[in-house]
Amino acid sequence: MSTTDAAVRDDAQFRGTHSDEVLVEVNDLKMFFPVTEGILIHRVVAHVKAVNGVSFQIKKGETLGLVGESGCGKTTTGRCMIQLEQATSGEILYQGTDITKLDSQEMIDFRKKIQIIFQDPFSSLNPRMTIGDIIAEPMKVHGIIDDPTERRQRVLELLTKCGLKANFAERYPHEMSGGQRQRVGIARALAMNPEFIICDEAVSALDVSIQAQVINLLEDLREEFGLTYLFISHDLSVIRHICHRVAVMYLGNMVELADCDELYDNPLHPYTQALLEAVPIPDPDLENARAHKIVKGEIPSPINPPTGCVFHPRCEKAVASCSQNVPEFREVKPGHWVACTEV
Amino acid sequence: MATLLEIENLQTHFFTSAGVVKAVDGVSYTVDEGETVAVVGESGCGKSVTAMSILRLIPWPPGKIVGGSIRFDGQDLLQLTEEEMRNIRGRDIGMIFQEPMTSLNPVLTIGLQLTETLMAHTNITEKKAIERAVELLGMVGISEPERRLVQYPHHLSGGMRQRVVIAMALSCDPKLIIADEPTTALDVTIQAQILELMKDLTKRLGVAMIVITHNLGVVARYADRVNVMYAGRIIESGSAQDIYYNPKHPYTLALLKSVPRMDQARQAKLDPVDGQPPDLSKLDAGCSFRARCRFATVKCAQEYPALEQVSDTQYAACWEKDNLEEKAS
Repeated sequence: MSTTDAAVRDDAQFRGTHSDEVLVEVNDLKMFFPVTEGILIHRVVAHVKAVNGVSFQIKKGETLGLVGESGCGKTTTGRCMIQLEQATSGEILYQGTDITKLDSQEMIDFRKKIQIIFQDPFSSLNPRMTIGDIIAEPMKVHGIIDDPTERRQRVLELLTKCGLKANFAERYPHEMSGGQRQRVGIARALAMNPEFIICDEAVSALDVSIQAQVINLLEDLREEFGLTYLFISHDLSVIRHICHRVAVMYLGNMVELADCDELYDNPLHPYTQALLEAVPIPDPDLENARAHKIVKGEIPSPINPPTGCVFHPRCEKAVASCSQNVPEFREVKPGHWVACTEV
Repeated sequence: MATLLEIENLQTHFFTSAGVVKAVDGVSYTVDEGETVAVVGESGCGKSVTAMSILRLIPWPPGKIVGGSIRFDGQDLLQLTEEEMRNIRGRDIGMIFQEPMTSLNPVLTIGLQLTETLMAHTNITEKKAIERAVELLGMVGISEPERRLVQYPHHLSGGMRQRVVIAMALSCDPKLIIADEPTTALDVTIQAQILELMKDLTKRLGVAMIVITHNLGVVARYADRVNVMYAGRIIESGSAQDIYYNPKHPYTLALLKSVPRMDQARQAKLDPVDGQPPDLSKLDAGCSFRARCRFATVKCAQEYPALEQVSDTQYAACWEKDNLEEKAS
């Protein structure tokens, strides 16, 4: 029951799949949502600091994992990157162009290169459209393929690519299972021949046996089309399996960023350590032997986050200065960034 | 340990316009006093319907318990009147649901919801009930319990709400708690807190527990025994060690292989279970897993394999159960 019979991932080959060219660069991204009061006159009384100064780069062909608990800002970061939210401040450079400053025509062109796969395969497909129409829609809107017969051909090709039968094109979303719908979502994203795909909890709603099928599909497509992924998830074991580098977020801040193996083997931030400690492992003897240090307390409100380091009220290693000074996000070893003064 | 709950050949069917859905089709298992039993399986395998059947909370129409018996603490729950059943729910059997927001009443205070259960099931004055509520909230690790009594569910976070639900389940000193995906809606650090709390409390108070989950990691730490369900039946049953180290059913084997694991070297490719679970209204006489099984033989299409003993503690329902190791290698 171990992985001895399965091929262990060759790390050199796994890492070699991406180049050094930076595809996306996010600098000091901030996204504040106003909290209003009053019925007729909406007064802004506070801000939800969903993303509070996040910076990272994604190289071409790389998969960056964005992991954290609910409300940490991982989804908002992803939505800002595809301009579904207008960032409050900060830059998002895609191949050197700041996409927050694009005009509407430039934005339309940009949207062809970047696609998103959503979490919920039930609400992200229009129930009144056939699967074929859903996949053809982006090609029609962007005028990629104007000829209906050709477009139809492409739809069938995409369905097959995503492991669905060609006759699914005539069906409606309600006739399909969750896993099949998620494959439709992937086929729709691929219709534009994108370079960059944001997977926002793309496998979280699926049962484990189906989840593995979809993960394998995403990996195959990455290899075949040289795709770059931003993989947003709360599931640390899935992130470890699919990502080259991993960023950990907590309450709107990035607390740690490192190569996948480095992060899992040698986590430096107390929050990353607590997260890894909390994941149950499907092995009874191992589980019972583990210490199970449990992080105390709850996640504070992002409307009024703690001063200084946002994690200090729950942190074991916190010292007096943690409640005052915001820790700098610094590179402690090559490629390993962490926001903690006590490392 | 004495047997507390004994489910025998339970059948719960749903009569829909599309046909009879056999959500639970001949499930048998036992729970001993003070024991934690896990029921594992994917969506639609019948794990929650089994739990709801124990409490007789299956809505009719369309659902109905059509066969079997459920003996709890010496009495057959299926023979009780509705009135007698109501005395068992919440008093002898506590319930923890997945979504703490929907299992608490949003317009009643925490205190009222806790004391309501106590006063309905025990002979207790309101004053004493409030004292007991404070004690219970303290026991589940809620700070300032007196202040919480006058708060409403929306004042509390998800983890706190689940603690309140646990306090309610424990309030009348139940013998059994049924926890249906108790931590699925919670974040991983909060999940760890809640699981440790449940383990600690059930141990200390000697309460038996049925944990229903799809998370194999949760099962590994918290269950004494594990039942794996597929398409309305138990296909394998055994101690946690049996199930994880020596699975005898191809579905259990496939399930364990399909999850990426943090404690092992990263695999090149995951090993998923191909295909989809079957339609429960269109099951035939053969094994329901055979379409997705890589060990299936001609016999699997003809007859459903019975759950048979393979060792002292382990049972499996598969014609090929003795040849699995050989065939897998």
